Amino acid sequence: MSKATRLSPTTKIVAYGFLGLWLIMAAFPFIWTLWGSFKVEGDFFSKANWANSLFGTLTITETGGSFTGDGYYGAWVQEEFWRAALNTFIVCVCVVTISLTCGTLGGYALSRSTYRYAFWFLLFALMFRAMPPLTLVSGYLLPFFEWNLWGHLSTTIIVLVAINQPFTLWMLHAFFKNIPKDLDESAMVDGCTRFQAFRHVIIPVMWPGVITTGLFSFLLAYNDFAVTTMLLSKENQTMVPKLVSFLGTTQTKGNVMFAVAAVVSITAPLFVMIIFFQKQIVSGLTAGAVKG
Amino acid sequence: MKHSSFFWFVLPSALLMLTFIAFPIVSVVTQSLYQEHEQVIIEVENCGPFGCTVSESVDQEATAALREAQPLGQWAGLEIYKDRNHLAFAEVGEAWTSSVSMRDFAGTLMNLPFYDAIAFTLTYTAIVTPLTIIFGFLIAIGVNAVARAMRGPTIFLSLLPMIVTPIVGALVLFWMVDARGVLGAGLQWLADDPNLSVKASTPLMWIMLMVYGIWSSAPFAFIVYYAGLQTVNTDTLEAAMIDGATRWQRIRYVVIPHLVPLTTFIALIQLMDNFRVFEPIVSFSAQAHARSLSFAIFNDLGGETRLLSSAAATSVLTIIGVAILLSPVLVRTWRDFGKAR
Repeated sequence: MSKATRLSPTTKIVAYGFLGLWLIMAAFPFIWTLWGSFKVEGDFFSKANWANSLFGTLTITETGGSFTGDGYYGAWVQEEFWRAALNTFIVCVCVVTISLTCGTLGGYALSRSTYRYAFWFLLFALMFRAMPPLTLVSGYLLPFFEWNLWGHLSTTIIVLVAINQPFTLWMLHAFFKNIPKDLDESAMVDGCTRFQAFRHVIIPVMWPGVITTGLFSFLLAYNDFAVTTMLLSKENQTMVPKLVSFLGTTQTKGNVMFAVAAVVSITAPLFVMIIFFQKQIVSGLTAGAVKG
Repeated sequence: MKHSSFFWFVLPSALLMLTFIAFPIVSVVTQSLYQEHEQVIIEVENCGPFGCTVSESVDQEATAALREAQPLGQWAGLEIYKDRNHLAFAEVGEAWTSSVSMRDFAGTLMNLPFYDAIAFTLTYTAIVTPLTIIFGFLIAIGVNAVARAMRGPTIFLSLLPMIVTPIVGALVLFWMVDARGVLGAGLQWLADDPNLSVKASTPLMWIMLMVYGIWSSAPFAFIVYYAGLQTVNTDTLEAAMIDGATRWQRIRYVVIPHLVPLTTFIALIQLMDNFRVFEPIVSFSAQAHARSLSFAIFNDLGGETRLLSSAAATSVLTIIGVAILLSPVLVRTWRDFGKAR
């Protein structure tokens, strides 16, 4: 470590203390909810003593054990959360595949064109990126009702892909800029067409960028609430709108624990994703800023 | 790249964006100029033993047929924009003449749904954006100062609040600050008030929403700054130290100038995201205390009666807001690109 970055003990203590505080703020809510999801409602929301949720006093009296899977059973089996999970899976796979297919083609072209319209194209994409999804949704509803497109998974998939496009284009554009132009140009000198050069020279080397962009497309589709809640019919709901519907119906039934179990179920895949793809996520977040 | 190959390469993306982003904007503008059909009223004469009475009733069939024939509704011009739920010209004018003070006027204005929504959205954006940037910067400096082995786990845990679904993240926080949750109990103990409830208080609700906003987007600022810190020139830092610069001076005069371009980038993304704040309001069920523009649209679209025209008018006003918000950035980008070419 160089001399300039060495720290005095006090600075070190301040730095560690601040970071420790932040880490507790970042992680504690999730650990707390995971722990509480195996308790009964009387413990998770404890009127008597907050420590009940730690030791599960009521859970023991109500179920016999200090942990219970009732919330999960109620959500997944009774309320058919598995259907929503399946729908989310379909939506995510389709959105990622389609947005990457369109995005790589577009991003590649944008990174190679030297004309001014490529810049305008990107600027328009940036403006589209700023549109709140709900303003667009209020434009879809009437035409979708009129043409009987409302409620289907396929409609939602296409809409999510489109809303995703500006971001995908910007990101892939930045990645393709980093692939040297000489690579595909020399292929074209050897007689390839533009598409053949893309197919045989660019595609084999583009995967790191595509995987990173794919992760963010996945997140957008997985985390979306505005579009899925407005455009999907009840039986086609994905996980997030389903969770919100639990909040409405189950609070009256006194079964908030279904929602807690659903929250944990939605978070778990994301957690696994960060474990495996932390590097790609970090590089994706910085791609636009540092390189571009 | 040749024009024709460029055209074919971007065609799928361009078509998607035109159909599902550009066209809906047009559709929203059109819809906002129409209003729902009134119900068709027919007069029915009922003759009984005590003479005839004329009663009015709704002709369901004719109403349905009319709605079928003209789904957009009837032409309304700018009426929707002027009504009480949007710009409320009449109400604002009246408040202006009748209010005794600016405070009074502002109070009346805040009772109008649209002005209430815009006030919350702007306050949220104006407070959350700078605090996110500052907080993210502090975390980045902190991570940069600790031992290398600790950095990986720190980044891993820091990513959680950002990656997690907004609805889920907000719910997790909301359950904890519930009066029966652990943080809620802590707050009551701190304030020494057993009846304190975030759900019941407007200022506390606003604060909680903003805390959520900072909590969920600070990791983004942190990651970008952290990457930027790796590229700070150590020679410059050492030179500054030899010249007698304190740690703070080194940060102020070497590190911060290096990070300014990144700050523009973070600010741009954060402005766009904070202006569309919506999910936490759903999760916190905060609609009684705080409504954003997006939430107003959601509210109009949901429910039994879908108020398409009202939602469309709010959408158009929101889009205008986004355009105003982004205009300095767009002008700047345009100039920078102009120089680069």
